Amino acid sequence: MKVKSMEELRRIRESHGKSLGIRKGEGEDRIIVKVGMGTCGIAAGARETLNAMIDEIDAQGMENVDVVQVGCNGYCHSEPIVEVVMPDEDSILYGHVDEEKGRMIVRKHLMENQLLQDSIVNETFERA
Amino acid sequence: MTKFRMHILVCGGTGCRASESDVIIERFKEVIAEYDYDQEVQVVQTGCFGFCEQGPIVKIHPDNVFYVRVTPGDVREIVEEHVIKGRRVSRLLFTDPTDNAKVEESRKMGFYKKQLRIALRNCGLIDPEQIEEYIANEGYMALGKVLTEMTRDELISAIKMSGLRGRGGGGFPTGLKWEFTKAVKGDEKYILCNADEGDPGAFMDRSILEGDPHSVLEAMAIGGYAIGAGKGIIYIRAEYPLAIERLNIAIGQAREFGFLGDNIFGSDFSFDIEIKYGAGAFVCGEETALIHSVEGGRGEPRNKPPFPSQKGYWNKPSCVNNVETFANIPPIILKGADWFASIGTEKSKGTKVFALAGKVNNVGLVEVPMGTTFREIIFDIGGGIKDGKAFKAVQTGGPSGGVITAENLDTPIDYDSLQEIGSMMGSGGMIVMDEDNCMVNIAKFYLDFTQDESCGRCTPCRVGTKRIYEILEKITEGKGEMEDLTNLKELCEMVKDCSLCGLGQTAPNPVLSTMKYFYDEYEAHVKDKYCKTGSCKALARYSIDPDKCIGCTACARACPVDCISGKVKEVHVIDQEKCIKCGACYDACKFDAVIKP
Repeated sequence: MKVKSMEELRRIRESHGKSLGIRKGEGEDRIIVKVGMGTCGIAAGARETLNAMIDEIDAQGMENVDVVQVGCNGYCHSEPIVEVVMPDEDSILYGHVDEEKGRMIVRKHLMENQLLQDSIVNETFERA
Repeated sequence: MTKFRMHILVCGGTGCRASESDVIIERFKEVIAEYDYDQEVQVVQTGCFGFCEQGPIVKIHPDNVFYVRVTPGDVREIVEEHVIKGRRVSRLLFTDPTDNAKVEESRKMGFYKKQLRIALRNCGLIDPEQIEEYIANEGYMALGKVLTEMTRDELISAIKMSGLRGRGGGGFPTGLKWEFTKAVKGDEKYILCNADEGDPGAFMDRSILEGDPHSVLEAMAIGGYAIGAGKGIIYIRAEYPLAIERLNIAIGQAREFGFLGDNIFGSDFSFDIEIKYGAGAFVCGEETALIHSVEGGRGEPRNKPPFPSQKGYWNKPSCVNNVETFANIPPIILKGADWFASIGTEKSKGTKVFALAGKVNNVGLVEVPMGTTFREIIFDIGGGIKDGKAFKAVQTGGPSGGVITAENLDTPIDYDSLQEIGSMMGSGGMIVMDEDNCMVNIAKFYLDFTQDESCGRCTPCRVGTKRIYEILEKITEGKGEMEDLTNLKELCEMVKDCSLCGLGQTAPNPVLSTMKYFYDEYEAHVKDKYCKTGSCKALARYSIDPDKCIGCTACARACPVDCISGKVKEVHVIDQEKCIKCGACYDACKFDAVIKP
């Protein structure tokens, strides 16, 4: 396939650009979503939650979010655990996050900065 | 789901591949598939990360974790711990040599903090064998912009305004070179890429070609458009097989996408690239010798003028630019000449890639803004001198440059400042020397190289470099006389002034600069037959201090020729007749009883 115009080139760039964003994700103003992937988290469905959240972030076209997996958070009773760190804010810890709740966190918390009050385990680590 | 949420980047440069990074990649793919994560995790082979000292390097995103010195045996642990459970494998993290802390992210390492990557922007980020990844990071946008929005004069004036100078060593303004070649009338012109990297220790061009070949192809097409060339030739040494392989893949992909070929971007500009292999002669980096070699003749330089812009490849107007120079072109087009000109010093703009090597902790490839000081490169980025020894000198410009001593450590590096202190930029080799390096020996090493690489075309270089080498050999063997030092200096000046090309004109530099800064060492070699570092074997005389020796036998056991005699708990003695001056006894003694010459 020959590229004959800048528009065609931009289209190829956009279709492959997102995957490169994951590698370039360095900077202070990014939202970090941490999914607990200890044995208990995985058993409770953390991997499905993780993939659902990534899928939702992608569907919403958000580009300033890094979804990373972390080790056990220590709240095994509330797995899967998802921690949201907005720039310059205390982190929020959600418990019992299934796929649907994961998508809600993306739509409400990440996009509109509304906390899902009834799912918060502890407001911050400091109070835990 | 097709979008990978985690990317495992593994360095696929020559250095890391020599430590089995290709096996590491295969193992990752196997183990990830075994755990059924192959739909979520992508394994990518990238170009060189630059931190070769710590290779093979594995970087995991989006976590931004940088693992060092990974072996194929570590792969399973990384997958089971990091990929599946999100736990860092801390034993594979980089340890900061200054405070022994483990560092997870590369941007927090001293090695990367002061770097600014323009020419190396894609190395260690994209898969060099996938054109889509290059495009995803703005690849071929510059070519598109040039062909659809800019006239040739606008393009040349942008390159001139950026202040970009040739990165191969000479530092000639690139825009001016293009302008001269464009101005010459001719229906057939050529643009050549000089990938004949021959400076011992330098490997930035190889890394760019291996890690980001498309950036060079794109820039060559841009240059071709500027000067009016329909054909580009890459002259690369045959001993860079991986770079050649990746270039061939890249050229094939660029043709397929129409970035090479007829009517690129629907314009009336047509351009294609061919690769020519060199046999690895140092002189072929000189542009007229390079052109002769590409034509199939002997790699010998000729007098200039006429310059290649007037009479080049097959006597047609030609322009020769270096790999790193080309790699800077696309960002200049996309971000603007002003942006580029805002980086660097007054007369040297942008960045320069240096191959940091020798007695320094963090060996590797570093790209810094022009004007960075030696101290910042050697001590902040390089992490200081190995084994806590003292800094003695640094050689820039390879065999064409000279040594820079502690008094010039705070000199901001650019083309002109280096010339002022008796060295040169060269292609960017930077060899760090510590207190154990003998400066006469270093000069001899470089002259051994240049006298061997001299093409023989002109007498001053052919005979002169050989005679210089012989005098240095005489001095290091303890047979030198004071008269030799005067002759040496005179001969060096003569070879410098009378040689035909850059090779001969710069070959005496290592001798002249070491004589300038370390004349006392030359004198000691000649007058006292003494080499304080012990590097000159003929002058070395190891002995044992009877007051300090406790008779532990460690030296006698370390000696490879059994020339040390003595019983347990008795003072040992070295037989000078049999001693081969290897220094093994000196290293073995824990009581400082072995006296180094």
